[in-house]
Amino acid sequence: MKTLSLAWSYLWSRPLSAALNLLLLSLGLASITFLLLVSHQLNQAFERDLQGIDVVVGAKGSPMQLILSGVFHIDVPPGNVPLKAVQELQKHPMVAQVIPISLGDNFGSFRIVGTSHDYISHYQATLAQGQFWTKPLQVVLGATAARKLGLVLGNTFVGSHGLGAGGHAHGDSIYTVVGILAPSGSVLDRLILTDTESVWKVHEDYTALDDEDRQIMIEEREITMALVRYKTPLAAVSFPRFVNTSTEMQAAAPAVEITRLLSMLGLGTDVLRAFAGVLLLTAGLSVFIALWSAVRERRGDLALLRMLGAPPAKVAALLLLEALWLGLLAALLGVLAGQGMTAALAWMLALDNSLLIGGMAWPVVLWVVPMVALGVSLVAALLPALGAYRISVLELLQGR
Amino acid sequence: MIRTQGLQYHYPKGPTLSFPDVDVPQGTVLLLSGPSGCGKSTWLALVAALVAPSAGQITVADQALDALKNVAADAWRAGAIGFLPQRLHLSAALTVQQNLSVAQWASGHAENPAAIQTALAALGVAELAQRKPAQLSGGQAQRVALARAVLLKPKVILADEPTASLDDEAAADAVALLLSTAQAQGATLVIATHDARVAALMPADLSVQKRLQLLQLKRQSNPVERLYVE
Repeated sequence: MKTLSLAWSYLWSRPLSAALNLLLLSLGLASITFLLLVSHQLNQAFERDLQGIDVVVGAKGSPMQLILSGVFHIDVPPGNVPLKAVQELQKHPMVAQVIPISLGDNFGSFRIVGTSHDYISHYQATLAQGQFWTKPLQVVLGATAARKLGLVLGNTFVGSHGLGAGGHAHGDSIYTVVGILAPSGSVLDRLILTDTESVWKVHEDYTALDDEDRQIMIEEREITMALVRYKTPLAAVSFPRFVNTSTEMQAAAPAVEITRLLSMLGLGTDVLRAFAGVLLLTAGLSVFIALWSAVRERRGDLALLRMLGAPPAKVAALLLLEALWLGLLAALLGVLAGQGMTAALAWMLALDNSLLIGGMAWPVVLWVVPMVALGVSLVAALLPALGAYRISVLELLQGR
Repeated sequence: MIRTQGLQYHYPKGPTLSFPDVDVPQGTVLLLSGPSGCGKSTWLALVAALVAPSAGQITVADQALDALKNVAADAWRAGAIGFLPQRLHLSAALTVQQNLSVAQWASGHAENPAAIQTALAALGVAELAQRKPAQLSGGQAQRVALARAVLLKPKVILADEPTASLDDEAAADAVALLLSTAQAQGATLVIATHDARVAALMPADLSVQKRLQLLQLKRQSNPVERLYVE
């Protein structure tokens, strides 16, 4: 009989205690899995969406708000900036590229973003169907937006004011779907993209009283913010200061803001991590108590194994393997439960389309979970195994 | 065979037990009797190479035990000694079949279901192979435990109080079963007991053929063993 299957039989000879310990261990491991997955996916989402954006220029206000609204599209923007001021930036010698972003309307709670074709090529997104817009009021849909809204090429819709569902509908301006993007995994998936002109047109058509009024509006055109790419990394030193001091706008460096954000989230994850640690400690203690009492209960059986010729190390190995089985099963269940919890979180976030997390991910760092599981169960089994190692056969003979 | 000379065992922080010399030829029976606390268990442990004597020599199945250390002693015990414990110690978590295969596992032998079947069949309990110990009667359990003891064809069978808590009829069955099994295997049989009925149950022809010896242990001064027992 193999030691492994023998240990398995012994483990399940006390099904209630085994199941309870399995549950405790799995819960702790599931929390760890959850933490790892969420932070991995957040980091990945940040990294992916931030790639190549050196600085974001927008209205004065909270720099983090600017980043969250303009890059990740999960917050409202602080305000608008004059188009002319942004056009000035384009001429700055350190600036390689400026991508305009205009927010303000949504359809079915998916944001309609006025921008340029550069925004799409920046994320290396490609068209699955149709073509890019060539004139105002034509839109290209992100893959998720198209799927959730059930729109296909040639469909028309009317945007509503605001960034969430339920705003005033702009009845006169009808958007037409001309293209749908292939899924890129970036923020584009959940956006409705159109030309910057469209956003102006919609609002000017809606509010202009006459041609003269319209002319004034054109003079005062605004966009929400601009994503800027530098020509040289050195620009990071001087360009934000230049914007912040000599213009009415602010420049926010995404890298800095995200680091700040993550350190603020850090407190929350620390609490969760401590919670997972306490759970694991409890589980470890419980496994220890179970094995310890198993050794006491099975003193006779274990002594008999010695009598039958098993060396002490073999008897101790039996105990260790029993714990390792527990750890292995718990690691399996814990990872699955953690994936489930992450999927549930993703589902909840998907409801308001702030999809930073989603789908199954199997980052390498997940290997930590089985390591922790085996570590905890091994440590818990150490003393009981030592007890089994030192079991006295003389006591068995003496009828104890 | 079992041969001892000047055997002594010294308990740490306790008394020293001295044992009379014996010379038990292969295939014969030794009845080890005496009140509880007289050193029966210690004598069994010495013969099984579980503890080393503080003085004297033991030779069991042509093996001088003082030459054996630790793992070598375990390996030797697995093959040379068959042990029938008083409380049988069949593992409740395992089936009868698995309880026997544990003996093969403990000794480091490969699993051999055919040998297990043979051993169970020899004791008339082959059809119980898939049962759990809880589903066995007392007599069946003892047969299974005996099958486990003789599974690896030991030279010496040590039976510890095989008749304890059995009624007269069952005790007679148990002793007869031990004798016939040991004889079939050609093994030396040691029955350690404080039960006076066992001596009476020994068949007369054993004594006539000089195949039965008695080793009567007396309670020794300050018997520390009793402290262990109670």
